[in-house]
Amino acid sequence: MAIEVRIPTILRTYTGGAKQVEGTGATLGEVIIDLEQRHGGLRDRLVDDGGLRRFVNVYLNDEDVRFLAGLDTPVKDGDTVTVLPAVAGGQGGTG
Amino acid sequence: MLTIPRVLHDQIVAHARRDHPDEACGVLAGPAGSDRPERFIPMTNAERSPTFYRFDSTEQFGVWREMDDRDEEPIVIYHSHTATEAYPSRTDISYASEPNAHYVLVSTRDQDQTEFRSYRITDGEVTEEPVTMVE
Repeated sequence: MAIEVRIPTILRTYTGGAKQVEGTGATLGEVIIDLEQRHGGLRDRLVDDGGLRRFVNVYLNDEDVRFLAGLDTPVKDGDTVTVLPAVAGGQGGTG
Repeated sequence: MLTIPRVLHDQIVAHARRDHPDEACGVLAGPAGSDRPERFIPMTNAERSPTFYRFDSTEQFGVWREMDDRDEEPIVIYHSHTATEAYPSRTDISYASEPNAHYVLVSTRDQDQTEFRSYRITDGEVTEEPVTMVE
């Protein structure tokens, strides 16, 4: 079962420059674990102890997985997972 | 150096003024590798806040896919500060995730004058760059 995973520029150091890699698994979490075997370090940039990192957006096809089941979101052959860094910031409380 | 058409500069300033006192944010897209901003794409600040901004994730997906389809990339990522100077905050630096983009900051703290400055933010390091406007 192959899931296509699109990698943003800033994470391509983990994929040898590839824009797109393939993973397998029944859920998003399993696909990420599978990718980690060939692209060491990638997992850490996507998840922490609490689940998906807050400032990474992960989409299954065209839906933000936060509105699905997060790492438990089921995936199937032919699905596309897209990773985008969240664009965020602001003057905040500290200027 | 950031070279920006005056009309795009003016659109960013107008967006920042319109959303004041909340922070405004958006993108200027251009052909990949060209370093030439051509298309103004105002984004929704999902935080709707005077101190933070975050692109709405669903809207961002659509915009990023459209850029991809058109062989474009985000040349400029802009946002406004509404009470402080147009300089990247600690938050801005920690979340900067496009090492190839020009980060434009606009300050609307002064009613009559809008600060408009541009930076590169790579690996936590901020470098200001000159802005040249073209017609």
